[in-house]
Order: sequence, then C-alpha cells, then structure tokens
Amino acid sequence: MDVEMTLRVDGARYRLVVDTRTTLLDALRERLGITSPKKGCDHGQCGACTVLLDGRRATTCLALAVAHDDAEIITANGLAAGEELHPVARAFLDHDGFQCGYCTPGQICSAVGMLDEVEAGWPSHVSEELAGGVELDDEEIRERMSGNLCRCGAYANIVAAIREVAR
Amino acid sequence: MTGLLEPRAIGTSLERLDGRAKVTGTAPYAFEHPVDNGVYLHPVQSSIARGRITAVDATEAEALDGVIAVLTPANAPRLVSGDDRELAVLQSDEVGFRGQFVAAVVAESSEIARQAADMVGVTYDRQPHDTELRADRDDLYAPGVVNPDYPTDTSDGDPDGAFASAAVTIDETYTTPMEHNNPMEPHATVALWAGDALTLYDSTQGPNLVRDGIAGLFGLPADRVRVIAPHVGGGFGSKTLHANVVLAAVAARVVAGRPVKFALTRQQMFSLVGYRTPTIQRIRLGADSDGRLTAITHDVIEQTSRIKEFAEQTAVPTRSMYAAPNRRTTHRLAALDVPVPTWMRGPGECPGMYALESAMDEMALACGLDPVEFRIRNEPDVDPESGLPFSSRNLVACLREGARRFGWERRDPIPAARREDGWLVGTGVAASTFPVIRIPGSAATIRRVHDGRYRVEIAAVDIGTGTWTALTQIAADALDVPVDAVDLQIGDTALPPASVAGGSSGITSWGSAVVDAAREFREKYGPDPEDGDEAGGAMPDNPDTERFAMHAYGAQFAEVRVHADTGEIRVPRLLGVFAAGRIINPRTARSQFVGAMTMGLSMALHEDSVMDPRFGQVANHDFAGYHIATNADIGSIDAIWIEEDDPHVNAMGSKGIGEIGIVGTAAAIANAAHHATGIRIRDLPLTADKYIR
Ligand code: FES
Ligand code: FES
Repeated sequence: MDVEMTLRVDGARYRLVVDTRTTLLDALRERLGITSPKKGCDHGQCGACTVLLDGRRATTCLALAVAHDDAEIITANGLAAGEELHPVARAFLDHDGFQCGYCTPGQICSAVGMLDEVEAGWPSHVSEELAGGVELDDEEIRERMSGNLCRCGAYANIVAAIREVAR
Repeated sequence: MTGLLEPRAIGTSLERLDGRAKVTGTAPYAFEHPVDNGVYLHPVQSSIARGRITAVDATEAEALDGVIAVLTPANAPRLVSGDDRELAVLQSDEVGFRGQFVAAVVAESSEIARQAADMVGVTYDRQPHDTELRADRDDLYAPGVVNPDYPTDTSDGDPDGAFASAAVTIDETYTTPMEHNNPMEPHATVALWAGDALTLYDSTQGPNLVRDGIAGLFGLPADRVRVIAPHVGGGFGSKTLHANVVLAAVAARVVAGRPVKFALTRQQMFSLVGYRTPTIQRIRLGADSDGRLTAITHDVIEQTSRIKEFAEQTAVPTRSMYAAPNRRTTHRLAALDVPVPTWMRGPGECPGMYALESAMDEMALACGLDPVEFRIRNEPDVDPESGLPFSSRNLVACLREGARRFGWERRDPIPAARREDGWLVGTGVAASTFPVIRIPGSAATIRRVHDGRYRVEIAAVDIGTGTWTALTQIAADALDVPVDAVDLQIGDTALPPASVAGGSSGITSWGSAVVDAAREFREKYGPDPEDGDEAGGAMPDNPDTERFAMHAYGAQFAEVRVHADTGEIRVPRLLGVFAAGRIINPRTARSQFVGAMTMGLSMALHEDSVMDPRFGQVANHDFAGYHIATNADIGSIDAIWIEEDDPHVNAMGSKGIGEIGIVGTAAAIANAAHHATGIRIRDLPLTADKYIR
C-alpha cells in the first residue's frame, strides 16, 4: 500500500509517497536521493544508517517511514553549517577517523547524538554511577560507540576524534 | 631499479582529499549514483547445496503489480562463455552450493522485488551434499598451483630426518575457521545497457578486472563495457568479479534502457562473494640445543568449491621466513559443495603466519629462549626459498624496536604467573610478513590543463586505502609540482587501465605507472609545458625482481587479559612495528596498519562462520551472529614503522601496506593468552569457553 507523507531532512521539507513497507532508510536513499545515511546490514546491527531523528540518534533501517510522518531528520551532511563542517566531522578528518568512509556518516551522527546523551547525564553499561553525571573517558566513548561497526578498523582514531571534541 | 623519487609530498601527512565528501556522506558509492527510471533486482537463492533445478514457477510473482521480469535459467539471456561456473549465472539448472542464484525478480521498487522473489517457487532434484572439511578425508588432492601461481609443495634437504634427530621438537596442529570479508558497504551494482554498450556503477576493487570479465562473458570488446567506481566502501579481497555483478548485467539486458539496481543483503554476502577457507595446519619444528631451527614442515589442508578452484597459499610465507636447512611445505584441498573461497585480507600469510608464529612461540618455550631472541636467532641471511638476497629485510629491527617500546625486557617468561583483580595477564609477540607484489597492466596519462595544473588519469580505485591522496602525492613528486597542482582522476575504466586493488600491490603498480608517465611528460615537454600537452606511461619492468627477494616485515606485541572465572578475553594493548619501505602518507598509512591489526584482533577473538553441514550454509550469516570487533573491543592500539630505504622495489621505494598489519596479530594475541593462562589454544577464534578449565 502506498502512503503520502512528509519528512523534514537537513532543513528541507519533502512530500513523498512510500510503500508502507519502506524503511526510513530506503525512503531517504531511494525515494529522496539522500544517501548520506548508508545501508550496511538493514537489520539494526551495524549503525551505518544512523541519523538524528527528532534530535536523537537512531538506526533508520529499523524504522518504517510511515511511522515517522513529519519527523525531523538530520544526516551527517546536514550537520555542516554551509562550508563549515560540524566539529565532530572536522575532528574525524583531523584524526583520520575513517578509511573507506562507508560507516562514517553513521559514526558521526552517532557521536553527535551520544555527546548529547552524555550531556544529559545518561549512564551507559560501563558507567560507575547511574546518576550524577558521566565522565566521558575512553572506555565510555568506546562503549557508547559500539553500535557503529567499522570494518576498516578506524576505532582508535574515532575515539581520539570524539575525545578531542568532548574536551 | 634506478631513479628513486625525491620525496617532497611523499612522506607528508596530507589530509585525505576525499575526506570532506566522506564525513558528510556525499561521496557517491555504487548504489548511490543518481539514475533515471531505475528498477530493482532481488535474487532467489537455492535452498539446496547440490542437485538440479527441476522447475521454476514464476506465475504468482509475475502477476504481482510492479514486477517487470522474472529471470530463470530457462529464460535468462545466454552468456557466450560458461567456463567459470561461479560466473555462469542462470545458465544451467545445476546447483553447486546453497545460496546460488537460481532466479531473480526485477521490479519497480525494492519492496516489490523482494516480495515477488519470495513468491517464486523452485523445485529441485536434490542430491546428497558434502560441506565438511576434515583432515581425515580420503579425497584430499594437490592443486596444480596455489594462489596465484606458487608451487603447491616445496621440499629442501631432509625435513623428516632432521626432525627425527632434532634435540628439541614440536609437532602441533592449528586450525582457523571459515571467515567472511564483510566490507561495510555490501556489494552493489547499477547496470545499464544502451544498445550493446554496458555501464556498471560497481562496488569493486578492480574496475578493469570487472570490465574485462563482463565483456568476456557477453562476448563484447572490452571498450563496450564501462565500469565506474569513484568510492568503494571496503573490499578486503571480496570485491572482484562475482555472480552478483553478472546477474545485474544479465537482468539489465532484459530491461534494456532502464538501470538495474542490485545490492546484496548482508545475509546474501555470506554465500556469494567469497570467504577465507577454513584451514587445518600441521607444523613441525626441530631445533638444535642452541635453539637454531634444523627442520620446518608446514602441511596445510583447506577447502575449495566443487564448481571452481581457489587454493589459498597458506604455507607460502613459511618458505622464506626462517632459516632452517631442511624445509617442507604442502597444500591439500577438499573440493566441497560450498561457495567459492577467495582472497581475504592477507590470503596465505594471514592464516599461515597465525600457525607458524604460534608454533614459533611454543618452540621458543621448548628451547627455553625468549620468543624475540628465538626469532632473531633464526633470522636467515638470504631468502631460504630462492637463495636470493633480500632487497631489504628489517624484521630484527622491528622486533627490537617493538620490544623496547612495549617494555618487553621486564617480561617474566613464566606462563600463568600474573593476576590482577581476577584477570590473568600476559604478553605475546609474533612476526609479520608480506611480499612486495606488482601486477602488470597499469598505465597512466598526464595532461597539462589550465592554470598550471596537471590532470593525472588512471583507473585505480580507493577502497579506503587512501589512493586519492597517496597517488596525488606521488604524481606531485614525480612532476615536481605542489600537490594542489594535481587533479587526479581514478575509478573509471574510461581512464587508462589499472590493475586490481589487491595483494597490497596498488601503489607499487599504479604509482610506478604514474611516475613513468610523469617522466615521459617532462622528457617531452620540459618544465614549462603548454596547456593540452599530454604524455602516457606504464608500469615499467623491474629487473631487480629477478635479483632480490622482496618482502615487508613487522613485529606485533600484544597484552592480553583473560578473566580467571569467566574466560572472557580482552586485549588492552597492541603495538605493531613495521618495515615496509618508504611510507607515502604517514596519516593514512597508520590507519592502514592499525585498521588491519584491528581486523587481526577481530579474527583472533571473534570471527567464525559456522557451516551447518545439514544444510550446507553458514548458520550465523549476519552481524548478530558473525561477530566482528567493535569499538569496545579495542584498547590501546598503535602502529609505528622504521625508516627503510629500499631502492629495488619501485620508484617510490614503497612495499605495500594494506595487508601486513593483519599478519601475525592473531598469533601475538594467542601467544599472549597462553602467557596469561598457561592454556595454549590452537583453534581460532579464542573464545571464552576455551579458557575455562
Ligand atoms: S543498516 Fe541500519 S544498522 Fe546496519
Ligand atoms: S571507514 Fe570503512 S567501515 Fe568504517
């Protein structure tokens, strides 16, 4: 069944028609031609499709587009302010936090969302305390970024990039 | 080799030139090239591992709204060449492995294509299959050569006699499981026919390899096929020419004029684009009472597919690694009803050196020697295999520098002697090696364009290796201009041809072609050319390859913690020291080394494709079941290198660095785990259950 819906992506508004089975990721990539979020597994197992969905990091392959009518989506491309890269993207460049680049937009969106979660004091599996704030050490970064796989093995540089931004 | 380039841009950490496009996600990968009126393909895969298709019922699928075509072996366009049974897609009713393409749906949307593919009914005449690799099979055979063209077996001296009379011996068998490359970007192709010309936007390591292969299958001159691949999301050996590309091209024939989009799912990748064969490796080492090796034998058993042979060269690194007068290596294969194995990062070296370097650790202990010292003691003066001198060999320097930086001298050699907070702690070392490979067939063109700029063209690819950046640096130095005066064009067979991005051979092969073109250009036009001046070059022959053995070397040091109660294993520290000739770009080179070591850690701890012999398929065929290292698996991990001037390898003085980083990592970790626990695990991966005793 086809459904008409609205998405707001990187500041622009789109009307589009989707199959009710269409994932949010396919709606972006195949209907709107917005290919910054990548498809690595289509099963919520790799994080390549991560965007900021209504302000929080989310894997778009696990979301049905119709369930997100009028949602606000920011992709890695939308994080930049014109020519100026987002500080996290800049840090990824400075620290060579990628190689093939396929996991990278997802890593960057995930890092941006993760830093907000830390700011809000959300604990992780490795946090010592459940309340009272988080100190974002390397162990916390690694744990919180482990939903984003990188087969090129850029993890060490990704941690360095995020560490620098968080400082 | 004469005329080593004067490094100016070479050796600097230029930021990736494709970096901005990658961090924003705007660099177009294969599936992302905008096309008009595209259609989607979804394949039907065989549910048996061996037999014949007796009927394909497409009635229901064809009736579905939005379905354009259902391809079957009965109606698919014929290919002119069917010799390669992996690539003879939908050309016969034979099934050679589970997961093989047996039909495909082309539809207006991916959702419809997938739904319709489920509706296609396939019936089979099923035959008994056999997918189990065992050392005691009676049908093991010796292949003609091992990948790509090494002798299958070698023997020098009297290895059995020397082993029998050796003062110290070990005789152990090591196994590595089936492993899948799993680049993050699934294999994807967009195929479009216009008349008898085919354009492929393909996720590939070898645009020319795909072009030539596809042209051959369709009986076309190569220039009728164009392959475009400006950005590729990893490959690690799996992105050559496989059945998925052929299927896209075949299907596009049926809907000529409309581009067919075909991306494999992660699950499909486990049966269609190759994998590393499982290996069973028996190693015997004999030494005299001083710890000098007298005998080395390395006998390998591995698998291939019944429909096409791939023989991994697992014992080949053992042929030239250590000095011993008596040596033997052998390879035996079982041809099974399984998908075709292929290259996976460091084919041969990676699994082979896991076994050899584990055995070297065991032997050092047996000889009562420090493992670093034991390796140095068995360093050969010349290549034991060929008798040739090494163009450069700095394994000893890597071992010594690594030992110094890692704090090796403080190491207590006794296993299972350190415990901190319930964790058993140990350290281990292993050596790395990889040959300097050059693949013929690369050419480059250089043209002076406006504003004093130079356009450099070659159909090379960047699969994450940093080609955009490194090749620009090489071109700049070869032309003696700043890097920002170079406009590099790669990733398109409309450009001069390039060899495959494999065997860590890219920079050697493409860089040599670019340097040759630049020298040609300067010879012709001097330092002040006119706009439009153009010259071409190709990778020159290198007579030094006949006079020297050429390899890169490295040493990897690991700290491992194994939890005394749960067996959980962690790697808090990993250091690699490499000697790989001149480093073109330290920033991207470090990423290559560290990335490969990360993949080696992944191999050591996690990777294991579990073949279910009842069905003949990999049971854990996604990232939930096939674990690769995540960020939380990595502790402190670093790579450094020692200066190495090798005037013999090529004009850049570089040896190739894409694979050596994964060679030896698993052994260093396994050796450290033994040092921590006293438990020697000889079967990868090193999972927690194996350390609970
Ligand atoms: S594509 Fe969405 S998590 Fe992998
Ligand atoms: S950069 Fe290639 S998968 Fe992360």
